[in-house]
Amino acid sequence: MMRRWALALTAMAAVFALFATAAYAVDPTQMPTPELQKRYLGLTHELRCMQCQNEAIADSPVDLAADLRRQVHDMLLAGKTDEDVRNFMVARYGEFILFRPRMSVRTAWLWLAPGVLILVGAFVAVRIVQQRSALVTQDNEPLEEDIRS
Amino acid sequence: MNRFAIPLGVFALLVVVLAIGIKHSSNLGVIVSPLLGKPAPEFALPSLTDSTHIVKSSDLRGRWYIFNVWGTWCGGCRQEHSVLLEMRQADVVPIIGLDWKDKADEALSLLQQLGNPYEIVAVDKDGREAIEWGVYGAPETFLVNDQGVVVYKYIGPLTHEAWEKEFLPRLPPKQGAARAQEAAKS
Repeated sequence: MMRRWALALTAMAAVFALFATAAYAVDPTQMPTPELQKRYLGLTHELRCMQCQNEAIADSPVDLAADLRRQVHDMLLAGKTDEDVRNFMVARYGEFILFRPRMSVRTAWLWLAPGVLILVGAFVAVRIVQQRSALVTQDNEPLEEDIRS
Repeated sequence: MNRFAIPLGVFALLVVVLAIGIKHSSNLGVIVSPLLGKPAPEFALPSLTDSTHIVKSSDLRGRWYIFNVWGTWCGGCRQEHSVLLEMRQADVVPIIGLDWKDKADEALSLLQQLGNPYEIVAVDKDGREAIEWGVYGAPETFLVNDQGVVVYKYIGPLTHEAWEKEFLPRLPPKQGAARAQEAAKS
């Protein structure tokens, strides 16, 4: 029994290992320093593959994604900052290439909307509570009259 | 009446927001190019027909031109090829091709078989030029004016309708519709 379990586990591990190497095969790029490697991975995970649109260029096997990764690689090696790379991409592909849209006049509502909605909700809640409490005192008055009469 | 005023107002607002969303969703998948209204990228690339000849963007200044990104591997490009030939026939505006990540011999034999609509074809072997133009899927077609400014971008296979409705009206009168009509008459 134990041996069968061990066998199943080994088989599963082998399958996972296979998939793991397949995932890495998309982008085998190695930057010369760990610091550059970290920035490279960060950038390739936050840039959208414009062809597949729901994948980052880091994960996409599409040709264009490979070209854009090469672009990121070359720009980082040339000493460009992360923001330089983002600006380069946005200038050519538009804001859509960034998975995290930047704060600008056009996208400000994305960030402001939740706060505004909470304020509206709080205002409505306070008003309802005030109205209800006003109702209670109004209800009491006729009751007192009833007692008096 | 007053009880319903606020919910109705909120509902109306929601309808407006969703209507705007739906109206824009028809363009889903078509991404507006940030290049529009901006100078077209400068380039100097070898010509497909003669690799010793360099196709330069500076040589195109002073003329309107169509910049068509294609490749033999691209099905949509095959589809639009007859439209490109028709545009060439109209002889209204030169078409500059960008052969994107392609094999030169295959590209040449395709043009030989189906006809060559291009005034000249620049070769972008490693895909760097396409990135400069923000190309994300061939075919893509740009219209560049005589100042070298990108006026319009069309994504996907060109159609006869797109040529007549989107490209011709944007061209200057003496190049655009008038000359196309002349060409049709003669």
